Amino acid sequence: MSGYHVVVCGSIVPDPLQTLEPITGPTGPSLKNEMMLPAVLDPWAAQALFEAAALAQKAPGSKVWLVALGPKAKLQQVMMAVGQKVPFELVAVDGPAGGFVDAHETAAALAEAVQAIPGLDRARLLLFGGWESGSRGAGVTLQLVGERLGLQDQFQGVDQLTPQPDGSLEILERVEGGKHQVSVVAGPPALLGWATGNLPEPRNNPQVGMANMKGIMPALQKAKPAKVGAADAQYLAVQLPKQQRETRVVKDLTPDAIAAELVEWISKD
Amino acid sequence: MAVPAALVSETLSTLPGDDVRSVMWRLEGRYDLQMLIQSVRQVARGPVARLVAEGARSSHDWTEQKNALLEHYDACGATGVFMEPHQGGFLEGPKNLAMALVAFELAWVDAGAATGALAGHLGLSPIHERGTQEQQDRYMSLSAPAAPGEDRKPWRGAFALTEPIPYVGVDTGMLGGKVSVARWEPGQEPVLKVEKRGRFITNMGFANFVTAAVDSADERIKGTCMVILEEGDPGTFDRGTPTKKLVHQLSSTSDPIFSLEVPASRIVGGYSVKDGVIVPRWSHDEIIAAVFKHTRVPVGVMTAAKLLSAVEPVIRYQRGRFRGAQQARPGSPRYDLGLQVREDVLHRLVDVWATGEAAASLGFSTSRLFDELDPLEKVKFQTLQEKGITGRAELRYFKDVNARAVELVKLRAKPEAERDAARVAELEADPLVRYAILDSAGAVLCPATKLWNTGHGATVMREAVALMGGYGITEDCPGFLGHKWMDAQLEATYEGPEAVQRRQLSVCMQNEVFLAQLDAWTKELRHIASERPDTGACNLASAFVLWRYTYDHLQVATDATGQKLYQGPRQGVTFALSDALAWLMAARSLVLDVVELEQKGAENAVLAEGLPGLVRFYQDLSHVQCARASGEVGRICAELVYGYNKHPEWNADAQQACWEARELDELEDLIPGIGSCAKDVIEAGGGHPDKAGPCAHCSSVADFAALRMKLDQCLTGARLAKDRAAEALSKVMIPEALDYPV
Repeated sequence: MSGYHVVVCGSIVPDPLQTLEPITGPTGPSLKNEMMLPAVLDPWAAQALFEAAALAQKAPGSKVWLVALGPKAKLQQVMMAVGQKVPFELVAVDGPAGGFVDAHETAAALAEAVQAIPGLDRARLLLFGGWESGSRGAGVTLQLVGERLGLQDQFQGVDQLTPQPDGSLEILERVEGGKHQVSVVAGPPALLGWATGNLPEPRNNPQVGMANMKGIMPALQKAKPAKVGAADAQYLAVQLPKQQRETRVVKDLTPDAIAAELVEWISKD
Repeated sequence: MAVPAALVSETLSTLPGDDVRSVMWRLEGRYDLQMLIQSVRQVARGPVARLVAEGARSSHDWTEQKNALLEHYDACGATGVFMEPHQGGFLEGPKNLAMALVAFELAWVDAGAATGALAGHLGLSPIHERGTQEQQDRYMSLSAPAAPGEDRKPWRGAFALTEPIPYVGVDTGMLGGKVSVARWEPGQEPVLKVEKRGRFITNMGFANFVTAAVDSADERIKGTCMVILEEGDPGTFDRGTPTKKLVHQLSSTSDPIFSLEVPASRIVGGYSVKDGVIVPRWSHDEIIAAVFKHTRVPVGVMTAAKLLSAVEPVIRYQRGRFRGAQQARPGSPRYDLGLQVREDVLHRLVDVWATGEAAASLGFSTSRLFDELDPLEKVKFQTLQEKGITGRAELRYFKDVNARAVELVKLRAKPEAERDAARVAELEADPLVRYAILDSAGAVLCPATKLWNTGHGATVMREAVALMGGYGITEDCPGFLGHKWMDAQLEATYEGPEAVQRRQLSVCMQNEVFLAQLDAWTKELRHIASERPDTGACNLASAFVLWRYTYDHLQVATDATGQKLYQGPRQGVTFALSDALAWLMAARSLVLDVVELEQKGAENAVLAEGLPGLVRFYQDLSHVQCARASGEVGRICAELVYGYNKHPEWNADAQQACWEARELDELEDLIPGIGSCAKDVIEAGGGHPDKAGPCAHCSSVADFAALRMKLDQCLTGARLAKDRAAEALSKVMIPEALDYPV
């Protein structure tokens, strides 16, 4: 058997152009009009998915799954766009995706969904996901999923994955100062939390979409509900940053001087 | 003026998204179409929007930048949408709705891009509709986008009809192209010489082939036909100079010159030889009729997209209008709402939005109708062919079919308990009956979409531009509204200008099957009104009744000189009545979509949360549009019914019919107060009131006067609906920024 079994964990977030206003709803903290706001695939997860597809294309025999926890009706909408980018099989878990969901509960639901994937070869498993998230800013969900699945080789802030001739994988992780830490792992199983990577977004392909949708629609129909939430959490206050920038028109200021002024402004709070 | 809180307790939360549209436009369950929307939208709000923002519209040349869009159209599926899967497409079944959706998404940003993306389909349409199997297979597969890994550039097509230069537009009867026999060796296929000059031909900057309409210039060729010209054919294939148009700059348009030799097998649909004469199977008229039957609808949808795309930029502009001013401090109504503290701007925006919704509803419902009609048309075609029925015999054959279609329409309009279910089932089982019903409606709805959406839409688009203040007529107006206003004028013109649409309407609305449906729709609207009085359906139904009365009246009425009113050349009558019908069709479509939203919205988990407010808002928009439509219909019908009678003058006959002051004085003793009821009183010296003549009575149309008065009274509540919709606009949540560049 050759190739990888790449499972990408990724969900949806509100379209970043939307106004997000936190409110306390009947089930705890949520966003105002959340269900009615347009959603997109979490940008970090999207990068992970595109990297997974690129890797699968280079390694014959590979397969890609996208495991997504979110309201299935919203997932359906997003999959209409994502499904045309790369081939994958969707595993949908029905639950909230609003950003106020506990990372531990989310990780448990995702791990359970991954374990239930029929035919998944754990020896060839690469668990991909976002190093960060557009909604779950804790940045720990993927790590927790990995822990539950027993994946000890974990890499976060990944920008590049290069399979080596001997079957090992060379991985570039972000470190401070714009540099990368180079690691080599013997091979799967491993967990990679992707940063921005370096692949462009794949071109659209309606034929891929039509093929994907034959699996995506049934997957959405049989999505199991997940008991995740944050009903016990209380948010005492939410507010925008206090800085208010007053625009000034100044001619002939050097870039260094502009930068210095910006740094000074950012440092104030 | 603030609306009482009770009236606005449930209102619009966010701007309607894809879930709302998929319910209203019946896309739920069509994931292929929803995918298409998403992919085309990415191209529209990405590469297309960037080009417009960079100023690509300032040139009418076909540049490399613009040419790069073609690959994006291929990738998103816009060019493949027209084709069958075995030809390289990806959608099964009829594709009218799919093409309308592509047009909508692209025109949301730039209608020139929409035209450019769809013009190839127009080039292919003659082949698709009437081409031989060989022609279809060749040109469809050549034009299909390259599959992944395939190293092939897809062919692009163009469509050349046009009357002789220098004018711009389409008149199917005024052909400028000629075809003759160049060579015809015994036993060989004839070689044709085609001379054609095109005007305003879209896609000509890069087209690989052209379907051109030509007239015979040779006694060995009969009549007119369409031929396929390829760029490699011997002779001149000159793309010509770019047309200096002011609009739709993201489509390639030029005035080509063709002088080519082509084999006779390029005649669209093939030919036969009778007595040494080449007889094309289809005349250019027949082919064009089949083509334009479908392709005019997406054009109407383009203008609808413009109007709806204007809503968000206008709200953003209105709310931010005073920010930055010393007098508008954060937290003040002026800061938060800007211009929206005033009723006028909100009311005008409600009008723009309602028009856009009605236009979209009309366009998409017509597209759906054609999707249903297409397979039935094939059955009809096959049936007639098997029976050997052609020409006038077809009209005779359909006399009986139409009678049964009318019967079915009337049966369907009855309450279920009163219907003869067996007879309904029997009639519905007949595909020709179903064809007759849909075809008669489509023949009206298609020109109505093109006429009303683009014509009235262009006028309302001006209103949207005006609502942006000075910003509206700048190149960097958010949403490119100024460009959209200009573009709308072209949409009102090409693929058949307004007069062509009115002409088709005035003929097709006389079809008895259509008129039976019109009556059934009136009943349906009354029924909707009984359950949903806030939709304005009742008001609209009254307008339907008035229109129908006027139509019937005009069929028999004559003008002051005794000339018949409803007749082909009398366009002052027929065209005006066509306009009124288009208003009715648009408003009805919106009412039906709002009902659909209310009925099916609850089944959609995404919509369930805000559905009551959403439905409330859409009902108000619908009510506003119905009121506007009924006002137009009332005005037009009143002008037609009264306007062709001669106004009475103060001559002896007219004066004789007036009261005399002396008579009134005498009667006053018997009937006190009668004097105050008399309008026209002649004084003892012959003096009369200072006006054109005695008031016109028109007692022969007393029913009309009653209907008109009823229609006016049916406007009750319309302005309250407008107030509520306006209030909702001042509260609706909008995104932080437009999702495409300015």
